[in-house]
Amino acid sequence: MIGRVLLGAAVLFLLAFLLTPTSFAWLFQPFTRNNAPAIYTQTPLWSLTLSHLALVGMAVVASTVIALVLAVLVTRPAGREFLPLARTVTAVGQTFPPVAVLALAVPIMGFGAGPTLVALFLYGLLPVFENALAGLTGQPPQVAEAARGMGLTPRQRLTQVDLPLALPVILGGMRLTAVISLGTATIGSTVAAKTLGEVIIAGLLSSNTAFVLQGGMVVGIIAVLLHEGFQTLERMAAARTGLNR
Amino acid sequence: MGRLDRPGLLFALIGLAGLALPLVQFKPNRIVLGEGVALWSALPWGLPLAVVLAAVLVGGCWRIGAGWRLAAALAALVALVLALGASAGHLTPPDNTLARVSPATGFWLATLAFALMLADAITRLRPSLAMRWLLLGLAIGLVVAALASGIVDGISVMREYEARRDIFLREARAHLLLAFGSLGLALLVGLPLGVALYQARGLRRPVLSVLNILQTVPSLALFGIMIPIFGWIAANVPGAAQAGVAGIGVFPALVALFLYSLLPVVSNTLTGLNGVNPATREAATGLGLTRVQVLSSVLVPLALPVLLAAVRIVLVQNIGLAVIAGLIGGGGFGTFVFQGLNQTAMDLVLLGALPTIALALVAGIALDLLVEATSRRPKGA
Repeated sequence: MIGRVLLGAAVLFLLAFLLTPTSFAWLFQPFTRNNAPAIYTQTPLWSLTLSHLALVGMAVVASTVIALVLAVLVTRPAGREFLPLARTVTAVGQTFPPVAVLALAVPIMGFGAGPTLVALFLYGLLPVFENALAGLTGQPPQVAEAARGMGLTPRQRLTQVDLPLALPVILGGMRLTAVISLGTATIGSTVAAKTLGEVIIAGLLSSNTAFVLQGGMVVGIIAVLLHEGFQTLERMAAARTGLNR
Repeated sequence: MGRLDRPGLLFALIGLAGLALPLVQFKPNRIVLGEGVALWSALPWGLPLAVVLAAVLVGGCWRIGAGWRLAAALAALVALVLALGASAGHLTPPDNTLARVSPATGFWLATLAFALMLADAITRLRPSLAMRWLLLGLAIGLVVAALASGIVDGISVMREYEARRDIFLREARAHLLLAFGSLGLALLVGLPLGVALYQARGLRRPVLSVLNILQTVPSLALFGIMIPIFGWIAANVPGAAQAGVAGIGVFPALVALFLYSLLPVVSNTLTGLNGVNPATREAATGLGLTRVQVLSSVLVPLALPVLLAAVRIVLVQNIGLAVIAGLIGGGGFGTFVFQGLNQTAMDLVLLGALPTIALALVAGIALDLLVEATSRRPKGA
């Protein structure tokens, strides 16, 4: 209950801050020196927030769709041959640091939102894929038996049994992907993508702590909200499956 | 021979595309964009090599023994690196110190194809634990040998390294200090904290939620917030500035990484301790062991695999995150990455990114093997 009140307060605070940032100048004034501006105004914060979220949203949706398709493919009889390899590749791929992936995308994509989107997409594939595999392969054998007993075709079993049962785990993978993408997207501003990282970097360059704090605060609050939102969805999906997890 | 091998078919597609695309890029100097040169025109023996590599890829489409696959993929990877190094010598005119030869899309794709083939072969062979240690050692040995022998010295990344050898070694030390130092700190604080939470159930939720929120703060912001905090400490705490504490430098980065490491260590300590069979714990108490003895000689050894898993998560995560320290003057390989991005000198970016990836890979694989080695011990031993 207290948690929900706090989350609600966080949402209201975030909206108020994004819509009228200058009315919060008093809050950040103590962190500036030499009369430096307390609020970042080069680009409106709300527009940076929107493009940040758009970048993360596109990456998460794209990596979820592709990862799900791949996970379904490697768990079908025709794709089984790829399953062990797919597991190895995801395990190894996740050790690649996101920042390094971002830096390596620049020579191929050039500067701007492109490399950031590619890096977020590639890195986001792995948690969703790993969790989707776990969800699709980890079901109790009785479920498969029951589905066969009911005379479901393989396709019906996939869409009516396997995927709904795997949904909570898949949402867990999406949560990881979203939170990692949100943080990594801030670093995208070092390669000239329009994200909230711009505010933090501006603060670092002009040693204006107020900028660092407001950029970090907005991303931090959004991260917590995303985290909680996905966990609520996971709980709802888990309750619908009726399995005790 | 016989039926087609589907993964092999996929590797062949990737690899053949790689062979068709430019192997290297020839640039008149380090900043400008260059022109791509394919394998067959980059080397006098490029065409025969391309044919042999293509044959290996096509051969991999049929079901052949995993041992053969492993050997062929390994040989192909070695050949690719040799070709890369030799093409630099062949393409750069003598006494031209400005021209750069760097690996291009074709090299990376072909390397990916053979690396996948290698990984697939290793997965199919199901090697024993000792064998996998041996393979890891062999891989590290090959890379070190390739770097030490000077074969690839003509490649642009190595030229960047040559130009700043001392700085590279310093930043490498800084990177290792950041990754391992923060891990050490996290273990020092996180293990006792985890044990304390194991005993005090009521505190678990609040402490874990705080650590959870810390984990969601984006790394760039956390690193940035540390700067003023440490600047304040340096300015206001007597003796701090003399001890080397400053707003910019290694301390803020180290503490930021430490904070990120706490959640995995604490939550895995809890999971590990909770996972010990209560009967085992009761038996130990029944034998007359004190609480400390139960903890140190029964609970911790049994929870070891889960604790090592935390070490793996933290180490791999911190090796990657330490790159961001380069943005706030904390040193490490990130220095090269961000310098390179600023100067649009991609070779410099590679000089920072490649060692980071290699380090993270080795740490991840080695700790996975350790986790498996410790969890294979008979339960209850």
